[in-house]
Amino acid sequence: MSLVSVSPETPAGEAPTAAPSSRAHLRHRFPLTFYIVRRVLAGVVTVLIASAVIFAAITLLPGNVVQIILGRNANPQSVSAIENQLNQGHPAWDRYVHFMGNLFSGHLGYSTAGLVEGQKTSVESIIGPAFAHSAVLAVATLVLFIPMVIVLGLAAGLKAGSVRDTTISVTSLAISSLPEFLVGTLLIVLFFDRLRLLPPVSSVPPGTSPLSNVNILVLPVLTLLLVSLAFGSRVLRACVAEIVSQDYVVLAGIHGYSQRRIVFRYVLPNALPPTVQLIAQQLQYLIGGLVVVESVFAYPGIGTALVNAISVHDVQVVMVVSILLAAFYVMINVVADVVAILLDPRVRTTIS
Amino acid sequence: MRWGTARRVLRQPTGAVGVFILVVILLVAFLGPLVSPHSPTETLGPPNSPPGAGFALGTDFLGRDVLSRLLNGGRSVILIGLSSTLVAYVIGVLAGMYAGYRSGVRDMLTMRTVDLLLAFPPLLVLLVLVAGGGAHIWVLIVGVIAVQAPAIARITRTASLSVRQMPYVEAAQARGDGTARIWRADIFPNILPPLLADFGVRFSISIILIASMNYLGLGLQPPTADWALMMSENRVGITLNPWGVLAPAIALALLTVGVNLVGDAYLRALTRSVLPRGTRRSRLRRRSNGTAAILATLPSSGDAASIDDEVR
Repeated sequence: MSLVSVSPETPAGEAPTAAPSSRAHLRHRFPLTFYIVRRVLAGVVTVLIASAVIFAAITLLPGNVVQIILGRNANPQSVSAIENQLNQGHPAWDRYVHFMGNLFSGHLGYSTAGLVEGQKTSVESIIGPAFAHSAVLAVATLVLFIPMVIVLGLAAGLKAGSVRDTTISVTSLAISSLPEFLVGTLLIVLFFDRLRLLPPVSSVPPGTSPLSNVNILVLPVLTLLLVSLAFGSRVLRACVAEIVSQDYVVLAGIHGYSQRRIVFRYVLPNALPPTVQLIAQQLQYLIGGLVVVESVFAYPGIGTALVNAISVHDVQVVMVVSILLAAFYVMINVVADVVAILLDPRVRTTIS
Repeated sequence: MRWGTARRVLRQPTGAVGVFILVVILLVAFLGPLVSPHSPTETLGPPNSPPGAGFALGTDFLGRDVLSRLLNGGRSVILIGLSSTLVAYVIGVLAGMYAGYRSGVRDMLTMRTVDLLLAFPPLLVLLVLVAGGGAHIWVLIVGVIAVQAPAIARITRTASLSVRQMPYVEAAQARGDGTARIWRADIFPNILPPLLADFGVRFSISIILIASMNYLGLGLQPPTADWALMMSENRVGITLNPWGVLAPAIALALLTVGVNLVGDAYLRALTRSVLPRGTRRSRLRRRSNGTAAILATLPSSGDAASIDDEVR
């Protein structure tokens, strides 16, 4: 999607002398830098607007969480503490600026649910370990995902229309249409209820690393892999099938080059840019996927933290986590676009 | 859907299987409540008892009949998914046609909004809305619309951009037809087939999003009978009565797989009905004859996956 968005913004045949403004000059002299800077700035603006939307949705929507908390808890001390934290007396705009200012200077604030209980629990102490745990899951999934998706995509795409291709395509179509929690639950039924091989719950005792007990990681990672491989291999299959039908690959075949040489020399390098996009999509997918999969296995990651925070109306944690996740999502997009530009000479020429 | 397209869907093996699965599961979901042996919300026996006398699929964690809950638990997710997807189409198509037909600042503003909405992870949109608005059926519907409509608007814009340059639109403009008439009579009928091509995939994404929210306990609330909710409720009793989890899981799997198979077959049928056999998509892009050119702007039938990459 990003590749497409580049071309319409490109001025068609802009004459170098015609534009005296310094901006046009910069654009002409350093098209690549210009593009990257603009893309990064657009990303920053998107994150800022996204944070404002999240802030507004959580604090201003009719099902106001603050009212729910205040209604539930009559303790005047905690009521004033919450009002203080959320600056109820001030206009929404002030509150937002205050909140973002704190966020940028690294003060994530105190858990609202903690304040209701009358204790100051910093948001960092809640989401810090959770982020680390989720990172373990995400990295493990990604490391296994990349080689597997390439093999599957090649296996199906190199022989488009064959029995092997149809098998992979239909299976992946079926699996990719299943929700993660369903795949996870079926795996629990199989590996715990039937085979008694793996634990159904992936709890991590506080203070220990999930890596100290790799058993608990198997089912969550397997769930994420099954769903995303099904999806990723379909994307890569289409791309490989397209490359294989190109003239230069056909010519290499006519020349009698070995299958291995064709794959490694002609097909794979051209499948690289889409693969980078796919990895970016995989990372973005993981943000949503982790939330669900962590809940299925009660794995103490950022997704579980977010879902818990939402159910107990912990406004501060919900806002911080959602804004961080949204920022992460946008950042992946920006990086993927920039890498795509650097990797693919064709896209580079379109922007310059 | 025209009969020719319907026949082409059924002629593909995956399409025929998909239609069969979908019909069965829709019958279960919509006629199930009529034949349900017990009340879906009444405690009738000991919790988590395995299948046996009186309870064909056993009881759930509160001692309710799993079969009755299964027969009652499909309607809500299908109806919520369908209605929100349809509304998303109305909003997305109108916004996309507006952006595509009126180029310039209005196009740019609409598309920037679309880009912004697409910059959120879909599930996060729903989670944030529920955090603000509470776990309510309307919040789910609004959330799904907010996720789907921007993607639909983007596709509509691309399609109407190419239709706008067609001679018949120029002719209509030269005739002095009003904008509303041109949209209704010239643009809309010609962008409709490619827009509907991914309806199945979109519908299944809506269902997955809603089911995931229900599973997380942030969607439909107990004691509602809902397949996803049943799966999370009965997890603790999985060793005592696995059917409490397995039965709704199978039903939900059949629903999403059925919708996806039919959607995929429909996309293929639609592509083939417009293109001569064996035409390659890369060749098509260079041509410019009406619907075929628009269809070529869509991801090819083989990678319907790239449609949902915007959403997943």
